[in-house]
Amino acid sequence: MSSSTNHDVYFIPEPSKWPVVGTIALTTTVIGSVTSIHAGSVNLILPVGFLMIAYLFFGWFGAVIKESMSDVYNAQVDKSFRIGMLWFIFSEVMFFAAFFGALFYARTIAVQWLGGSSNNAMTHEMLWPAFEAVWPVMTNPDNVKFAGPSEVIPASGLPAWNTAILLLSSVTVTFAHHALRKDHRKPLIMWLAATVALGCIFLVLQAEEYIHAYSDLGLTMESGIYGSTFFMLTGFHGFHVTMGTTMLFVMLIRSIKGHFTAEKHFAFEAVAWYWHFVDVVWLGLFIFVYWL
Amino acid sequence: MSAVIEEHHDDHDHKPTGIGRWLFSTNHKDIGTMYLWFSFTMLFIGGTLALVIRAELFQPGLQFIDPEMFNQMTTLHGLIMVFGVIMPAFVGLANWMVPLMIGAPDMALPRMNNWSFWLLPGAFGLLIASLIMSLMGMGSAPNFGWTFYAPLSTTYGPDSTDFFIFSVHMMGISSIMGAINIIATIINMRAPGMTYMKMPIFVWTWFITAYLLIAVMPVLAGVVTMMLTDRNFGTSFFSAAGGGDPVLFQHVFWFFGHPEVYIMILPSFGIISQIVPTFSRKKIFGYSSMVYATSSIAFLSFIVWAHHMFTTGMPVATELFFMYATMLIAVPTGVKVFNWVSTMWQGSLTFETPMLFAIAFIFLFTIGGFTGLMLAIVPADFQYHDTYFVVAHFHYVLVTGALYGIFAAVYFWIPKWTGNMYDESLGKWHFWVSTISVNVLFFPMHFVGLAGMPRRIPDYNMQFAEFNQIASIGAFVFGFAQLILLYNVIKTIRGKSTEKATDQVWEGAEGLEWTLPSPAPFHSFTTPPTVK
Repeated sequence: MSSSTNHDVYFIPEPSKWPVVGTIALTTTVIGSVTSIHAGSVNLILPVGFLMIAYLFFGWFGAVIKESMSDVYNAQVDKSFRIGMLWFIFSEVMFFAAFFGALFYARTIAVQWLGGSSNNAMTHEMLWPAFEAVWPVMTNPDNVKFAGPSEVIPASGLPAWNTAILLLSSVTVTFAHHALRKDHRKPLIMWLAATVALGCIFLVLQAEEYIHAYSDLGLTMESGIYGSTFFMLTGFHGFHVTMGTTMLFVMLIRSIKGHFTAEKHFAFEAVAWYWHFVDVVWLGLFIFVYWL
Repeated sequence: MSAVIEEHHDDHDHKPTGIGRWLFSTNHKDIGTMYLWFSFTMLFIGGTLALVIRAELFQPGLQFIDPEMFNQMTTLHGLIMVFGVIMPAFVGLANWMVPLMIGAPDMALPRMNNWSFWLLPGAFGLLIASLIMSLMGMGSAPNFGWTFYAPLSTTYGPDSTDFFIFSVHMMGISSIMGAINIIATIINMRAPGMTYMKMPIFVWTWFITAYLLIAVMPVLAGVVTMMLTDRNFGTSFFSAAGGGDPVLFQHVFWFFGHPEVYIMILPSFGIISQIVPTFSRKKIFGYSSMVYATSSIAFLSFIVWAHHMFTTGMPVATELFFMYATMLIAVPTGVKVFNWVSTMWQGSLTFETPMLFAIAFIFLFTIGGFTGLMLAIVPADFQYHDTYFVVAHFHYVLVTGALYGIFAAVYFWIPKWTGNMYDESLGKWHFWVSTISVNVLFFPMHFVGLAGMPRRIPDYNMQFAEFNQIASIGAFVFGFAQLILLYNVIKTIRGKSTEKATDQVWEGAEGLEWTLPSPAPFHSFTTPPTVK
């Protein structure tokens, strides 16, 4: 099971119900989401969909963990999992790239053109002659329909703390990995628990920042292009931190249960990769959303 | 829970039975078959919508449907054909053939493979439900064209738009998982000795296509997510009133959309590169240049997207960049066409149905390529933009390009899939009726387009009447000609009145897939073959 050129034994899983469960769960969640959005209040279908997704995750990952523990995976399967995780993370990078692209386009092109730059003097004159192209956009072209924020969040306050927290968490997860590779259970659990805690602190601070933005600064999703890009980017990042923290927490439980060995711990590594990815995205956010 | 194949190799052709075989499958052949039947079903649904469009356009004036319904027809026709027919058919072919061609027992991640497939009925169920509800008078189905430009799809989109958005998310998840699976399979499951530069071209083209999918499907997910928040949560990405820009939608959409065009043609290039050498009884001419040309096309596909947007008022320097970058694509594409023709040169040619479709592909796809070059020229595009010339162009590359590649692949590989030869004379009937009618259908669209007939409009000026009637006649013949294929496929699967296929099937066929018995056993290679 350990040779990296082990091609003599192929592993093919038995038929599995999880893909179909996954489809039913996602379709239910979609129907629940759309009907809830249209009604303006959460209906019963949506939580049922979420429960089914939770069932899916517990069931499918549970099955994979059992298989992994019973040692039916060979080196080839391990490599397939690694390739899968790597390219999944790449697809996530491209998902964020769409929103970063929207931010750059809005800031350097859309807002400037509305202000009359390039060949858009008449656009400016005919549409909103009072509009001034500055970033952050505090007064929107149609400031009645989209009321601009009174203030935006400076990079030096909470965002700087959050940057430090996430960078630190990348260090702690690496310490945990080093401990795992030496089979030192206690430091592994300690560093992993520290990483989970840092993830949670990040999320609490981020929630704090959102409350501040909504209640004190008038910075909301409705406050024009700045609020749109701000909440889309930080919101999806926060969602990814939530997922990453959950995954780290599962790794913590599995470490306490002794699932990992110094040689065999792909799940841990995959989560660590994911956590570093979330960290790097945050650095992009800190620089381009908060700082510059 | 799980099994290592070798433990029961005495019974490796053991198949699960009943509906569970399909619902819970972890078998690349069964999943490939489901993809192909899904795609075939969608072809008839999308084709029916196309015939409604062509019936309405048979004469000027409004005949059968009102303009609102016409908009829903063009929208769903496009969405179904792109996401429901071409892409699933290619994934189905990859599922069936990639493991056979590289000497693997199955795909690398079989359960994820099944989820990729089963997401599609969910996604298209939502989309088609909106059409059925529209037909029953309950609201409108998506009606903004398959490109769903803002603000048509944001400010003015019907309620069903939100279902459409999530349906696109599901298709995206399906495509990304499918692509990851193909990449993992090709990197990790090749038989010993199968180096990258020994892989069949079909495997190469799918390898590159999979990277394109992983790079751009998330961007599509991003753009529909921005639509969702613009529609429901007050953001202003695509609203100039809030400092956004409807043109931003087009940039993000086409950053996905242009590589998507190559996602829908590269696997067909691969199929043609398998078929032409087989029926020329020669090795493919310029194997490595084929690989490099495909990679170049894939790279260039990321830097040409704004050629879809020449009339949006971009700065001249931007238009020039995108014009020249677009024209560059003609170079690697020309390399491929040259190589196919050179493969046939002095070959010992025979013209079975797959070869006929392949040769028609080379001619007709090239016509679509040339009209693409015409459209790439900025000043000329100002004339052609949003006319039937564009419709003619992309139907030549998508129908006689992508779809003809799929037809060729079905005839080429169905003996391997079923163990039976298809009916050759029915195949030739299908080919000739299709090829004549498809030109009757799409060629006149060049003329009405150059004369100024706009696309996506249910009524038109009297001067366009004759060419539209010719196109509509071609459309109905082409549409019903596909029933010949359906009949032929069913007849081949039943295999009562057809010959048995040999293992090699075609005299000139080379490659691992032709060393297996026909039909290929349930688990392809239980022990890896060695490639010299």
